[in-house]
Amino acid sequence: MVNYIIRRLLLVPVMLWGVTILIFGMFSFLSPVERSALYVRDIPRNERVLEGIITRYGLDQPIYIQYWKWLVGHKNEVTGEVEGGILRGEFGYSRTASQPVAELIRRRFPATLELALLAVIPVVGGGVLLGVVAAVNHNKLADHLARIFAIVGWSFPDFVFGLLVLMFFYARLEWFPPGRVSDWANRAIMSEEFRSYTQLVTLDSLLNLRLDIFWDAVRHMILPVITLAYLWWALNLRVTRSSMLEVLRQDYITTARAKGLVERLVINRHALPNGLMPVVTLGGGTVIGLLGGVVIVETVFNYPGIGSAAAAAAVNLDVLTILAFTLMNGFILVVANVIVDILYAVIDPRVRLD
Amino acid sequence: MAAINQETKREGFFQRLGRQIEGWVGIETYRMLKGLVTNPISIAGLVLLGIFLFIAIFAPVLAPPAHVDDPFQIPRDGYGAVPKPPGSLWNSRQPPLPFWWKPIMGTEQWTHIMGTASGQWDIYYGVVWGTRTALRVGLIITLIGAAIGVTLGAISAYYGGIVDMVIMRITDIFMAFPFLPAAMTLSAILTPVMGKGLFPAMVALSVFGWTGFARLLRSDILSIREREYVLAARVIGVRDAQIMFRHVLPNAIFPTLVLASMRIGSYVITFSALSFLGIGAEVGYADWGQLLSFARAWMTQLGEYWYIVIYPGVALVLFCLSWNLVGDALRDILDPRLRGTQ
Repeated sequence: MVNYIIRRLLLVPVMLWGVTILIFGMFSFLSPVERSALYVRDIPRNERVLEGIITRYGLDQPIYIQYWKWLVGHKNEVTGEVEGGILRGEFGYSRTASQPVAELIRRRFPATLELALLAVIPVVGGGVLLGVVAAVNHNKLADHLARIFAIVGWSFPDFVFGLLVLMFFYARLEWFPPGRVSDWANRAIMSEEFRSYTQLVTLDSLLNLRLDIFWDAVRHMILPVITLAYLWWALNLRVTRSSMLEVLRQDYITTARAKGLVERLVINRHALPNGLMPVVTLGGGTVIGLLGGVVIVETVFNYPGIGSAAAAAAVNLDVLTILAFTLMNGFILVVANVIVDILYAVIDPRVRLD
Repeated sequence: MAAINQETKREGFFQRLGRQIEGWVGIETYRMLKGLVTNPISIAGLVLLGIFLFIAIFAPVLAPPAHVDDPFQIPRDGYGAVPKPPGSLWNSRQPPLPFWWKPIMGTEQWTHIMGTASGQWDIYYGVVWGTRTALRVGLIITLIGAAIGVTLGAISAYYGGIVDMVIMRITDIFMAFPFLPAAMTLSAILTPVMGKGLFPAMVALSVFGWTGFARLLRSDILSIREREYVLAARVIGVRDAQIMFRHVLPNAIFPTLVLASMRIGSYVITFSALSFLGIGAEVGYADWGQLLSFARAWMTQLGEYWYIVIYPGVALVLFCLSWNLVGDALRDILDPRLRGTQ
């Protein structure tokens, strides 16, 4: 067990290194001139300026030296200070957001985190619940409906779904508005009396005992959360259903039934713990889904998180911002996958042995 | 009596046809084809696919393009910002009328069948020609992705050892990025290099889309390599390369086919998502995602301008559904463990 965990953890630095290589590889598709242009905020007056930047940042040097400088930064010969270096958290300046990329991520991250945290429970819970219901009612109406939902749901792009729910619940019914909070709530949050403990509006408003702001924030989040969740219901449903079906066919379930246990106990005590084991492996997929989903969902619902910032940056070819976002995604996913693997080894003894 | 005779005769014909086809394509492929045309789920998928193929092939008849040399450019009726509902008349720059319009409607006045988006782009043209874009984009990306994945997966499984480890770690690193954001990033970087249009997004999707194929084929080859008939071939002295290409690959390739058919839909979704965000197809290009991106300007009035979302949205959903239905049925047919449990 410990052996397995150590082996798995040792792979993490290798993966993170690979992630930076891949990102830098994408970066080097651009010619030195195009890359030097990323460092200027205004249109340069003459070509000598760009040449100066190319030599100053060493953009004409061998690729491995450039990679190293990009990774850890380089010394400014005039001031003697170390500049740049993504490991130092310096991703450069975001043209679309008119602020350093690190600052942009720091400001926008809480909103995305809040959305993702609220979405995790419906994403996993909804799919698992549907899957268990489908498996227990195998080949009955509920099962057929669930299977149809799984196929149709999987074919339904999240941005189309998002536009449709906006059309019905906002444009027609005016129940749930887009954005993060209403204007009045935003003014209240910005005011002196409101203290931001966590930057998560739902939590902060509860801590400030402002139930009206809490309700307003929740109303804004319902549609994005549903849009993030339903696609993964389809996938999680499938995995849970087939895993539950497999467990329900096992001999020990027949034994449990034969000794006269109530069906509810057979399902809850005997089948569920084993049937839900593969669901843990969906954790990695869920993180992928959330990281990819926020780009679309935040854009559709005009929600001010990193996802919408990244989409805006991509449209405007703001390479530094979008690379920082992708790098962050890669790091999050590598770490999430390790956690999932270790968790799975803890739950399922068969994994540790190989 | 005659009817019964007719029946048996016809059955005889189909059986003979079946045997004939079986002789041409081999027993495995025949079983797959037969499963595809007898399974209700796949029939639904195939019918939908047939409709899309029909629309794609007859696009010039259904919606004669205004610019013959560039048919994917959606014709526009002026430059007004406010969308027009379905059934409004073409006011200016009416493209050639399709020949079936006058006999059915009795008028030579061409209308916006599905309305217009802001900028007066005609949605009907976009949906019809967008079918061609979707088929092209989906098939090309899947072919490239599958080609890369199959090659790397086969090399990895064949050589094993250090080669296998290196290739699989590289695959892991490519999989360390969520598909959509990664493709979005790469196409944003490739756009200044390759120019605007479909290519940056297609290259980006292929670059990050092959990983699933490599992993799947590798594990299938590894399991088939251990079968007795491969051992038998080795014992009678068949060369390694021949074992690989004649005996292992043909049997290991079926799950990859299933994956490919299911991937076409998801590649088209991701490509449309890129267009929707504004990084894929250019404004005015016949692409469903690009049409849907017009809705972003009217978020608060979608109740009024529903046609911007509904028509391209339904086309996109049905297109992906058709591939997923076929893929789902294929998986049931090809996976022996699932046989009889459905």
